Amino acid sequence: MDSFDILWLQGASCGGCTMAALEGGHSGWFAELKRFGIDLLWHPSVSEATAEEAVAIFERIASGEQKLGALVLEGAVLRGPNGSGRFNMLGGTGRSMLHWVTALAPRADYVVAAGSCAAFGGVPMAGGNPTDASGLQYAAAEPGGVLGTAFRSRAGLPVINIAGCAPHPGWISETLAALALGGVDTAALDAFGRPRFFADHLAHHGCARNEYYEFKASAEELSQQGCLMEHLGCKATQAVGDCNQRGWNGSGSCTSGGYACIACTSPGFESSQGFMETAKLAGIPVGLPLDMPKAWFVALAALSKSATPKRVRANAAADHIVVPPRSDPGRRP
Amino acid sequence: MTRRITVGPFNRVEGDLEVRLDLDDGVVRSAEVTAPLYRGFEQILRGRSAMDALTLVPRICGICSVSQSMAAVAALRAAGGVRPARNGVLAANLAHAAENAADHLTHFNLFFMPDFARDAYAGRPWHPEIAARFKAVQGSAAQAMLPARARLLQIMGLLAGKWPHSLAFQPGGTTCAIDLGERVQLLSIIGDFRDFLERTMFGDSLDNLLAIDSVAALEAWRDGRGGDFASFLAVADDLALHRLGRIALPLMSFGAYHGEDAPLFAAGVLDSASAARTSFDPAAITEDVAHAWMRDTSLSPLEADTDPDADKPAGYSWCKAPRLGGGPAEVGAMARQAIDGDPLIRDCVARFGSCVTTRVIARLRETARLALAMHQWARQLDLAEPFLERGERGRDGTGIGLVEAARGSLGHWIELRGDSIRRYQIIAPTSWNFSPRDRGGVPGPLEQALVGTPVGDAGARAVTIQHVVRSFDPCMVCTAH
Repeated sequence: MDSFDILWLQGASCGGCTMAALEGGHSGWFAELKRFGIDLLWHPSVSEATAEEAVAIFERIASGEQKLGALVLEGAVLRGPNGSGRFNMLGGTGRSMLHWVTALAPRADYVVAAGSCAAFGGVPMAGGNPTDASGLQYAAAEPGGVLGTAFRSRAGLPVINIAGCAPHPGWISETLAALALGGVDTAALDAFGRPRFFADHLAHHGCARNEYYEFKASAEELSQQGCLMEHLGCKATQAVGDCNQRGWNGSGSCTSGGYACIACTSPGFESSQGFMETAKLAGIPVGLPLDMPKAWFVALAALSKSATPKRVRANAAADHIVVPPRSDPGRRP
Repeated sequence: MTRRITVGPFNRVEGDLEVRLDLDDGVVRSAEVTAPLYRGFEQILRGRSAMDALTLVPRICGICSVSQSMAAVAALRAAGGVRPARNGVLAANLAHAAENAADHLTHFNLFFMPDFARDAYAGRPWHPEIAARFKAVQGSAAQAMLPARARLLQIMGLLAGKWPHSLAFQPGGTTCAIDLGERVQLLSIIGDFRDFLERTMFGDSLDNLLAIDSVAALEAWRDGRGGDFASFLAVADDLALHRLGRIALPLMSFGAYHGEDAPLFAAGVLDSASAARTSFDPAAITEDVAHAWMRDTSLSPLEADTDPDADKPAGYSWCKAPRLGGGPAEVGAMARQAIDGDPLIRDCVARFGSCVTTRVIARLRETARLALAMHQWARQLDLAEPFLERGERGRDGTGIGLVEAARGSLGHWIELRGDSIRRYQIIAPTSWNFSPRDRGGVPGPLEQALVGTPVGDAGARAVTIQHVVRSFDPCMVCTAH
């Protein structure tokens, strides 16, 4: 079997996507890659080749001498100042990451954005976007980015966006393995180029606070157990991801950790203000579940609030279970 | 004859780095260190709501996101006068220690040791064994360490929801109260971590390892011992790594793992030549932009702005030059352990000075101490008490948050106007260690440490340069932020 060669570069990143990737695979990320025939041609954090040895690899790919299965970019691409890309030079090359990304992307069978920065621009685009940051094929939700809307990698696909800040280690490993196995086509991606195996779910699905959500029994303060949507900014009903189905770092997730989903898989998430507060109009949250008519949501919320069991209401405002479920051996279904 | 070379990209560091060296007869005569990435976090934070800093600042760095959160939390506490819940402090210490210990494991196994597996050392007697163990990506050490690291980071799943980039860390404590079963799970993870260190890293019990109180005792202990630490010591001896990357600058630590009483590792400044320890004064910190691509601004972090000037003629890095009492200082695990008075590290500093060998020994020594501290903290959590206290918001004021990341002292300086951020300044550990020259022309610690490095005919390919740079465990994404 031919190896599936990957070049991983870091643009304007925090390195967090690599840190997440290193958590992937039960036997370790390197063993996981090997299992699927993936060869890390070069990765800035883990490879032996350094300095001019590494630059030689980039040049062989750029000239077409070296084949490339996937170019993976972690981090936003900085276009500033004044379109020069000088806010992010690739050390030792005298050239910007903007230059290298645009030179290498057309040579790859697949181009993969690891994380929301490479996909959509991410946190470097927050505030006034001081470095003119962009994602590979999107700038926030705006199509185009650095490579342009028309860009297709050699295999005919747009940029594959493993969104998330950072993405779940499994999303990274599984996307790369699926590419190496072959058979990933545009039908496997959603409208923002995110792999559907995780993007067809909402972060809300499987949330341990679902009973509180059902009854609109809300947490008023951080560390309380109730639903975080009504007061504490939770966007899990609007953000894609199977975060609460597969668990992070063992069994965790943002909502199980006691704080709101900030929709880090969504383009432009960084421009929110007041991440831990729910924006409201006339007392009703502005961001309602994506595919639910507002009137129905308001009506059902009122109804479910009036039906909230005492147990659920009491526990919602506490940091641990204060009223356990009733266990009455005499009442069997 | 002097010849100038440029080395980059440096890999197996966190982020991007370029170094320019002037060589004379195969020896480095002077060095200029460049941080080639600027994202502008201080600009991004200006005008944002104060609490939004907790979402943005961990994203400065994916390798030490808890440290960044903790610095922001400490600065907001200082500005807002919130007293955190005791459980929240313990839980944050646990998460912070897990991150720092994971960093030390990653540095040793993935970033630092693979250089000794390179073909450049093919003639050394230890090479076949080291190559099988530490060859980048393929070596058995990485295969063993990655699952152990992932297991250790399960502490984040229990206490912080996820890692990197958690919002569990708040001025009043942490957002996640745990129950009895989860305490047991924590202790189980910490136990697995201890087992990994004892079996794989040290080949001995942590108690025995921590009883070593001098270089002489270390030499006696390692004789005939298995484990990766002893392998490193053998290589370090053979290559005389204690002569590499030597500097004699003040060592600084902000103190680490703060609680109600004294921090676990003391704060202070240590004169590495005389071993005299003095107290640390935050007001002695300045930051100079003479050779940074930044517009002139106040030297005081509380009054400084961060505005890029990419065309500044004297600039050669996006990193500013932090100074303590007007001069550079070295930070990191070695500084932390020497200042805390760890007898082995004090003796290493006295015998070898600040050098490649001492820096690596200190990192592993600290990892062992952390495993024991984590066990204590997990036992001290009072499961009936809250993890988070409420605090007031919307006050004008300033706050300084000083913590220790794995690779050294991290400070956040914040000025609030009402509920919004008027100014935010970050000075990261690698900003100290990889600082450019200041207005007096004084080079930063790495720039000094590279001087005298023998490169022979290898020039930019010299692996000695790689050892010196990586001995600091640099994090370039933090450096210029």
